[in-house]
Amino acid sequence: MEKNILEHGLSINRRRFLSRLSLGIGSIALGSLLIPDLFSGGKGDSDADFIPGIPNFAPKAKRVIYLFQDGAPSQLESFDYKPKLREMMGQELPPSVRGSQILTGMTAKQTSFPLVGSFYDFKQYGQSGAWVSDLFPHIGKIADDICIVRSMYTEAINHDPALTFFQTGAQQGNRPSMGSWVSYGLGSENKNLPAFTVLLSKGKGNGQGVYSKLWSNGFLDSIHQGVQFSSGEDPVLYLNDPDGLDRRERRKMLDKVAELNELSGKEFNDPEITAKVQQYEMAYRMQTAVPEIMDISKEPDDIIKLYGPDCLIPGTYAANCLLARKLSENGVRFVQLYHQGWDQHSNLPMEMAGQAKDVDQASAALVTDLKQRGLLDETLVIWGGEFGRTNYSQGKLLKDNYGRDHHPRCFSIWMAGGGIKPGMVYGQSDEFGYNLIRNPVHVHDFHATVLNQLGIDHTKLTFKSLGRRYRLTDVAGNVVRDILS
Amino acid sequence: MHRKVYYVLIVCMGCILYAVYACNRSPSNQTTAEEIPDTVSYNFNIRPILSDKCFKCHGPDANKRQAGLRLDIPESAYSALKDKPNAHALVPGSVKLSEVYQRISTDDSTTMMPPPGSNLKRLNPFELDMIKKWIKQGAKYEKHWAFVPPKLYPVPDVKDKAWPKNPIDNFILRKQEQKGMKPNPEADKERLLKRVSFDLNGLSPDLAMMDKFLADKSPNAYEKVVDELMARSAYGEKMALHWLDIARYADSHGYQDDNYRTQWPWRDWVIHAYNENLPYNDFITWQLAGDLMPEHTKEQLLATGFNRNHKITEEGGVIDEEYRINYVTDRTNTFGKALLGVTLECAHCHDHKYDPFSQKEYYQVFAFFNSVKEAGLQATVGGPETYAKRPMMQISNEDVKSVLKFVNKQDTNKLIVSVMGDSQVYRKTYVLRRGSYDAHGDEVLPGTPKAILPFTNKYPQNRLGLAQWLFNTQNPLTARVYVNQIWQEFFGRGMVKTLGDFGMQGDLPANPELLDWLAVDFRDHGWNMKRLVKQIVMSATYRQSAVISPEKLKTDPENILLARGPRCRLPAEFIRDEVLASSGLLSRTIGGPSVNPYQPPGLWENATSGRGLLASYKQVHGANLYRRGMYTLIKRTVPPVEMAIFDASNRDQCEVQRLRTNTPLQALLMMNDPTVLEAARVLAARVLQEKSSSGDKIYKAFRLIICRKPTDKEMAILSSYYADQLKTINSQSANKLLSVGEYPIPADLDKITLAAMMKVVDTIYNLEEAITKT
Repeated sequence: MEKNILEHGLSINRRRFLSRLSLGIGSIALGSLLIPDLFSGGKGDSDADFIPGIPNFAPKAKRVIYLFQDGAPSQLESFDYKPKLREMMGQELPPSVRGSQILTGMTAKQTSFPLVGSFYDFKQYGQSGAWVSDLFPHIGKIADDICIVRSMYTEAINHDPALTFFQTGAQQGNRPSMGSWVSYGLGSENKNLPAFTVLLSKGKGNGQGVYSKLWSNGFLDSIHQGVQFSSGEDPVLYLNDPDGLDRRERRKMLDKVAELNELSGKEFNDPEITAKVQQYEMAYRMQTAVPEIMDISKEPDDIIKLYGPDCLIPGTYAANCLLARKLSENGVRFVQLYHQGWDQHSNLPMEMAGQAKDVDQASAALVTDLKQRGLLDETLVIWGGEFGRTNYSQGKLLKDNYGRDHHPRCFSIWMAGGGIKPGMVYGQSDEFGYNLIRNPVHVHDFHATVLNQLGIDHTKLTFKSLGRRYRLTDVAGNVVRDILS
Repeated sequence: MHRKVYYVLIVCMGCILYAVYACNRSPSNQTTAEEIPDTVSYNFNIRPILSDKCFKCHGPDANKRQAGLRLDIPESAYSALKDKPNAHALVPGSVKLSEVYQRISTDDSTTMMPPPGSNLKRLNPFELDMIKKWIKQGAKYEKHWAFVPPKLYPVPDVKDKAWPKNPIDNFILRKQEQKGMKPNPEADKERLLKRVSFDLNGLSPDLAMMDKFLADKSPNAYEKVVDELMARSAYGEKMALHWLDIARYADSHGYQDDNYRTQWPWRDWVIHAYNENLPYNDFITWQLAGDLMPEHTKEQLLATGFNRNHKITEEGGVIDEEYRINYVTDRTNTFGKALLGVTLECAHCHDHKYDPFSQKEYYQVFAFFNSVKEAGLQATVGGPETYAKRPMMQISNEDVKSVLKFVNKQDTNKLIVSVMGDSQVYRKTYVLRRGSYDAHGDEVLPGTPKAILPFTNKYPQNRLGLAQWLFNTQNPLTARVYVNQIWQEFFGRGMVKTLGDFGMQGDLPANPELLDWLAVDFRDHGWNMKRLVKQIVMSATYRQSAVISPEKLKTDPENILLARGPRCRLPAEFIRDEVLASSGLLSRTIGGPSVNPYQPPGLWENATSGRGLLASYKQVHGANLYRRGMYTLIKRTVPPVEMAIFDASNRDQCEVQRLRTNTPLQALLMMNDPTVLEAARVLAARVLQEKSSSGDKIYKAFRLIICRKPTDKEMAILSSYYADQLKTINSQSANKLLSVGEYPIPADLDKITLAAMMKVVDTIYNLEEAITKT
């Protein structure tokens, strides 16, 4: 009964909307009216370049899930095994290795740079024989599904610019986020959900902030802005109707709003009025679609077991990984997770163990879960932070305690699915884990590669703003073809 | 099943519509199928094509130049080609001998221009014909229009002599008449009042003002209202808002930790300056160089806070010089964008690709801002002593009683503000190769781009000299850029649509003669801002009705010719103000420290390093809950969400133009934001407490929110909804509905009646017209 009433109201509104639309053909309409499904993105930007032919070629991946490890996890305790550092424990970093590297203000005044090996042991996993530290046994077990890139580098050595660089392709703010670019280029697969969503979780380690400018649409239409889904009562801001207002009453009220708006639509003939009516309908649909997605109560036990007990606690990294799968599975193009707490300037052995415990099982579970659903082929999963950490100790080096400062010259990330070669280890750093000696991958190259997997030529996805055609990759970037399957 | 069919239909229609839209889009201000003019103008017809398609490789940037050919200057374009000495790019008068034309029109992919791999679209037939005619007519170059000082064009004659109310209208009508268009009639009084009230005060008119204006039949009734609105202090608040965007004003330092700063006294000064009608040249000179003025006042020093509004890091471990350079860069870019309306910032790493600004000239401008006595990292997150950064000023309790009366200091604590101040020792400035802080190139001296206006010896070599240069009558940009910014405030669109780019890649002015006339008129009348504003709102152009006829929608969808009045969604801050004002909740306090009204929980807490005063959100209570939107505290890394959803600036960098979008998140916000719901409840209680019929109550609420009387049809819909809600709501749901917000509920009202009326009022708040300037 209830359902009938809701459907009735909806179809009336759709009919009205359609009749308005058909009136619009032949005349020229403004801005947002032109995209009946506003979340479909791309084509509505009034200053957008017309982008012919995107995707530029057959995509391998349809969607991206980016597991951002905020604060920069140490590559030396995770995926870049350096036995030499243990051998040379406490000895000075040779100046020839350091070269002209500028240090952050935190260690620049340090008189000694004692090398420090990983507190944790490493093991080889799978057919690929990838070395993974004991902090990440679950990720070790999926070694044959992932591609570890040990040769990432960046220019930024402070969190804010480095994070902004990874997210937007530029160190200084105000450019669109990667997810916004993807939304702009490809639009949404689901009419009831935004194309770009964001999930946040906190670790117990030393934290650095994440902030909404990282998922900002920059100069793109705000329809491409990342929409934060949170674990609280309102999974999307202002999604819940107030107490005392049920769905039937909401429908009734929106019908009144639509009826009144259409009266002024008739008077002014302003396409923005029709667009407004349509936005209210979309909002109404989201109110149903989003809670359905957020509800994990119907997930079977083996899935809960796979992700671990934390996934039942809303707002944890594990819960967000499970949610990421559900969003992705429902057609959200770009799901961006952030897990805070990876900035181990001191107390690294203890803090990193806690951080790893937060993310290890759930990260692996996400890959496994996508794989068993046959979704891994079309979903690109990325795991990594904004830079690496130094091979020498920041502060006093003790046998069981040390810290590591920021290091831009080499660090590790991993990717899985979406046409990336599984079971591969790519790139190499020197035996000190300080400089790259093979196959360096710059942040711009990383962006070019991700877009490539989505079927986008990174030089062709442009937006003209203030006289210049901007790209996610600015003026650089090469697709890392070696890691494509 | 049905649902699917609808979706498919919707998508198909969208594609068709989009195709129509795409075809009709034009690079310049074409409104109808334009014909090629009798005399082709380089500036207005040719340069936009060359700039878009050719200058990237054959323009001002020496590093990217191909084949040694420049097409932006005649000397190079006319001379023999370097790699083909018997040929010339352009031969005036001869299309056949002009290599340019041959290359852009050929189908041979080995010689065609732009080359296939360049991502640039080929020229269309219209563009080809235009270039052909230009070559035939002698391929004459002109200096870029925006770099030639504006001249006072004679006010044009028009056929319909009765329509113009002031010279603006002659210029506007002239263009319409050339295109065979007629202006709309004047808007009805109610809508006109709403429009002008929002444009001058950022607030809706109250009932008394509406009634007075409707009853006033005198010929100058409208002017009386304009004068009244401009005399109110809300005028300064309204005008200040766009300046706060330009000045990237915020209440936090930005970057990683993003702790609190006390820069708000500078914001109070901006409001004060607009209300005092400080001439624009003083307004800018004080902000740029107040500290350098001889015997400057405290007020003039406070004004220089403008150049310290940028982000400042408190992240331990940064490289000091890198960040100091960032700050100077920000000032330089802001100067270029806000005051010159050019993309100077593009010359930060290399010569400008399109405009005649060399990288050296960028660093010459940079040099003016490079001697500030500042550090990249002065201190990491700390207490009140870190809320401003050196150089700073202290505002004493004595100051706010005398010379700085406009600063709304509410306690006796120490109050510090970041301001400008140069060190005694001049800091040398170098070109920074690739814009990198540590890659010093040649040393440069303070100066400005020659193409705009050379910086001669007559000016002091400091910011004061820069301000004098800016207001030299030969400066081609200053007045035009400001007039254009103000024009956008009233018409929703600049005459030059790209407010921050008057350069070659920017849009051409829709009405160049009017832009120049207004600019010169503004300058010659003492840079009088209130005079300029009044001129605009008094024009017949501004007063037109906003009704869009199907013909006008077709011929001029963007309303470039202004044959109808502006109709735009309100800026984020004024949506809030409108909701609070109509309900009677709005606090009229001006200025003071910014406040934290209702905000969904967890936004700050989930996105913080955990350090500093702003790590967690502390909501205010009482009257401070109902302050104007411009006083909501702006934490840069997590800007106020109700503002962000409606496209407010995040104040990260100088912003001259906001987007104006229409999204489902905006619908959700209007549906469920406690601010709106509480206002609905409070306004419902207010009308219910009056002795009147239920129809009168709804009628009044509608007028307060929409600012006009409802039609019978509208009343019928709302009244039947009210009747329905009285029956539907029970005491349980009423109690829940009424529980929103902190403002007390009058005890004597029946809960169900109140809840039903609240739903009606809430419905009115959700109308498109409620948040639209009609």
